[in-house]
Amino acid sequence: MRGSTKLALLLGWLGYGLLPWYLLERVSFSSFGWLAGYPFGRAGSALALALSGQAPWLLPVGLAFALATLGLFRRDETAVARLLMLAGAAGMALFFAQGFAIGLKGQGMPWLAALLGGAGASQPGMGAGAFLAILSLLLLFCHGLAYRGYCKGDLFTTSAIGVIVLLIGLFIFFPVATILESALIDQNGAFALSAFTSRFFDSSIWGLGCITANTNCGVAWNTLLLAVLCGVITTLLGLACALLILRTGMPGKRVMRALTVLPIITPPFVIGLALILLFGRSGLLSNVLYEWFDVPRSRWIYGLPGVLLAQVLAFAPIAFLVLIGVVQGISPSLEEASQTLGAKRWQTFRTVTWPLLRPGIANAFLLGFVESMADFGNPLVLGGNYEVLSTKIFFAVVGASHNQGQAAVLAIVLLGFTLGAFWVQQRWLGDKSYTTVTGKGDSGLPTPLPRRVSWLAGLVILPWVALTFVIYLVILIGGFVKSMGRDYTPTLEHYRTGFSIDWSRGLFFDGAAWDSFFTTIKVAAISAPLTALIGLITAYLLTRQRFAGRGALEFATMLSFAIPGTVIGVAYILAFNVPPIEITGTGLILVIAFVFRNMPVGVRSGIAGLSQIDKSLDEASTTLRARSFTTLWRVVLPLLKPAIVSALVYSFVRSMTAVSAVIFLVSAEYNLATAYIVGRVEAGEFGLAIAYSSVLIVVMALGIGLIQLGVGERKLGRRKLIALSGSAAQPIAQGAAS
Amino acid sequence: MQTQSWLKSGLFAALATASFAAAPAQAQGSLVLYCSVQEEWCRPMAQAFEKETGIKVSMTRKSSGETYAQLKAEASNPRGDIWWGGTGDPHLQAAEEGLTEAYESPRNADLHDWAVRQWKQSKGRTVGVYAGALGFGFNTKQVASRKLDEPKCWADLIKANLKDEVQVADPNSSGTSYTLLATLVQLMGEDKAFDYLKALHRNINQYTKSGAAPAKATSLGETTVGITFMHDMVTMVVDGGPVKVVAPCEGTGYEIGSMSMVKGARNPDSAKKFYDWALTPAAQALATQAKSYQVPSNRSVVPPPQAPKLEEVKLIDYDFAKYGSSAERTRLLSKWDREVKVLPK
Repeated sequence: MRGSTKLALLLGWLGYGLLPWYLLERVSFSSFGWLAGYPFGRAGSALALALSGQAPWLLPVGLAFALATLGLFRRDETAVARLLMLAGAAGMALFFAQGFAIGLKGQGMPWLAALLGGAGASQPGMGAGAFLAILSLLLLFCHGLAYRGYCKGDLFTTSAIGVIVLLIGLFIFFPVATILESALIDQNGAFALSAFTSRFFDSSIWGLGCITANTNCGVAWNTLLLAVLCGVITTLLGLACALLILRTGMPGKRVMRALTVLPIITPPFVIGLALILLFGRSGLLSNVLYEWFDVPRSRWIYGLPGVLLAQVLAFAPIAFLVLIGVVQGISPSLEEASQTLGAKRWQTFRTVTWPLLRPGIANAFLLGFVESMADFGNPLVLGGNYEVLSTKIFFAVVGASHNQGQAAVLAIVLLGFTLGAFWVQQRWLGDKSYTTVTGKGDSGLPTPLPRRVSWLAGLVILPWVALTFVIYLVILIGGFVKSMGRDYTPTLEHYRTGFSIDWSRGLFFDGAAWDSFFTTIKVAAISAPLTALIGLITAYLLTRQRFAGRGALEFATMLSFAIPGTVIGVAYILAFNVPPIEITGTGLILVIAFVFRNMPVGVRSGIAGLSQIDKSLDEASTTLRARSFTTLWRVVLPLLKPAIVSALVYSFVRSMTAVSAVIFLVSAEYNLATAYIVGRVEAGEFGLAIAYSSVLIVVMALGIGLIQLGVGERKLGRRKLIALSGSAAQPIAQGAAS
Repeated sequence: MQTQSWLKSGLFAALATASFAAAPAQAQGSLVLYCSVQEEWCRPMAQAFEKETGIKVSMTRKSSGETYAQLKAEASNPRGDIWWGGTGDPHLQAAEEGLTEAYESPRNADLHDWAVRQWKQSKGRTVGVYAGALGFGFNTKQVASRKLDEPKCWADLIKANLKDEVQVADPNSSGTSYTLLATLVQLMGEDKAFDYLKALHRNINQYTKSGAAPAKATSLGETTVGITFMHDMVTMVVDGGPVKVVAPCEGTGYEIGSMSMVKGARNPDSAKKFYDWALTPAAQALATQAKSYQVPSNRSVVPPPQAPKLEEVKLIDYDFAKYGSSAERTRLLSKWDREVKVLPK
């Protein structure tokens, strides 16, 4: 038995024998009353509880550990492997069986409970001891697999796969299954397949009234149209922007770069609000147009144009972040080779650069598409009579009709669209190779863009940047005037309401927004590194390791992204409000919700980054006898820095700006900034909402700066881009021509 | 030993999260309050109660629909103790489904009839804390610049000169708008009411999601007329918006903001204390400070001067039992979906 396996075993005994098995509520570390009776009683360990007969159903789990311990005395590795696999698998099965069978009074599965010797018994949610125990059982099982030679016998790889599968199963599949179950249940709680079909084929979902008659189309078509438009436009804008910044000598790049990142760090609703204040019927620009040019005021902003505009403003930067990493990674040598062979710049772009951009393009489109589908804030504010699935789901749950079954059906439609897009993307990319970062030194210079392309890109980008600029001006001013759009008296009132600090009795944060503000920062700071870690490990496993069920795992990671936040929120409450995992109302559920909602971005950007890094680098490292963890740590990670930055930034920012998933999960003690802002918008207090959002924007900008500073840039063996526009590029072009 | 450092990071994460999860530390007297009115009103309520009793209040503000959905999801393991505020229908529905507990407060004797009627109808499971009448408001500037007559009645809202100028919430998503639907059915009879709604549909520029949203839109001039509860419009007037509030001449319906105690509450004693306290004149007077102009349910509270006087508004005899039941609600909503919402504009 290797050292790390022994450690895993030790961990298991620690969790089983020493730590409190159940979740302890209302624990304070100043008084130790809750420890009364340890190792029995409320804070008892599983071992003590099982042996004393308080919880006999925990005994078999302990036997599994005992079985694994026998492995210490065996020399023969195959025998140890068999022992570990048996103990791990049986232990996990028994662990989950008792957890799901025995819950609160009158819940769980009575027949299974009786079988395990716990008929009529009840137990609270699992705690630290149970957590360590299941982790240990899983590791033992995975190590057993590795001893048998799976994944080239690499302990890290098998363990990582095991942990990721378990996490995804618990925090994505389990809650999703819980909510989808309700799609098959009618209003009275009875199982009914007919209810499902009649809901699914309803004309409010699939109607084509906008083509055949002068009415609204079905909500499914609306959503699809919006998402496709949003995906295409954001990808184009992101690409144009990435090319302009990396491949031209355009002035004002830094400003542009900063401006393009701004929308990402803007809480939802705010762009929508700003658009209303600008383009609404009584908006600033509408007023100017009306008074100066006699353009009649209209309500065009409410509906498809407005939502699309807001979404493009909000999501194009995500496409930009994905694409800039990809554009950066394209090997200049390939382009130089093309030019040396006599290709014109345009030809090079079309035949070399563009094909290499394809994985980036596909990922960017997919993100824009999925983001638009799941977006909730913008359609809520600007949708007008244009209904989309995400808002319809929300109001099916919380609206006057309270129809959870309908929400589940709509969620299935939404899920179908997203997964469809994922499938199309996979087909388009195919099995081609997009490797451009190799072990060989690459001393090429990136080709400047052909003039045609850079003009086009500039033409597209400039209005967008200008609009972004104006919107942020509105947001900046909005927090400092009495009532934007009506009364422009300067005031600090909004900031005082939200963020006043009382110094009279020592430091006391008495502003209305402080509570939610601190919680938000805490949750974001904890969940961002976890998200990046899990996301990148998953990406590494998916691209670099061959194992059975790889496709299924990739599919599973996309699943939580595809499901709208609202549904995830309700699903989490349904799944995690009762034992065995009882975490609603805690900060932990917020962290978990964020980690598993944002993980797909870590995975996607990791995959995009990894598909550019040649495997020969890994192989060189492996040949030098590095284990896979060392390879990951010393070779792959440094090259993945852009992916790490985008995963960290994205999850940090999303944890601070997400609304739909968390609106159900926030509790009295753990309220989040966005949930608070939604309340302000609902109450029509745009001033405070905008002021709070401005504060969040500043905080996120600081956070992103820190992340970039901390992670640093990757260093590729390439010449610096000196005086790209003109002189340096000329000799190459001339050389190519001669 | 490559797994070790990986394990370390895992352990670290586990410890970090475990310390985070163990945080809900609650003292002897504590109360989890679900509050369904606006933040400015929820917060002083929680603070005043804390000051008065020394019981620590954890307050979450969510709309009544969201709170109802949460109560339903948490039914097997309730987290909340008391649900205060928000329109009465979700409270009645929660009572109907047994999510809330019956309780008779000694304060019941001090309450207006409509508040006690709510309590009796729900078999003691929910009680009225304030009332607000349905009405509409119009933007005076828009009306003047378009040279329109000031609308005074429901009938004025379906006139051709208000095409695309009326805003109201979607009854599927908003309790306010469902109240409108139910009010019109009771006022005109079901067939006439749906004819009216079909005519109104031509003048609607947007069915908003939130019930109070048309008030803000009216104040900003994004729409000329907004149909909301009158007190939501009053808030805009007090805020300085060019808005005039109208009590429709034909008569109108109203909501009863309610309070319910959660079944299986973890702090039942604190919940009862809050329940009794929330019905006192002192507690109900907090509304005005919070710029909320509903009519309080305790008879001895003097309503704020800005509040629409319920005696002056022609109120219909709103049948909360019938129109609050989920069967009738589902029937009316799906009829509205089928017959009104799908119509061309």
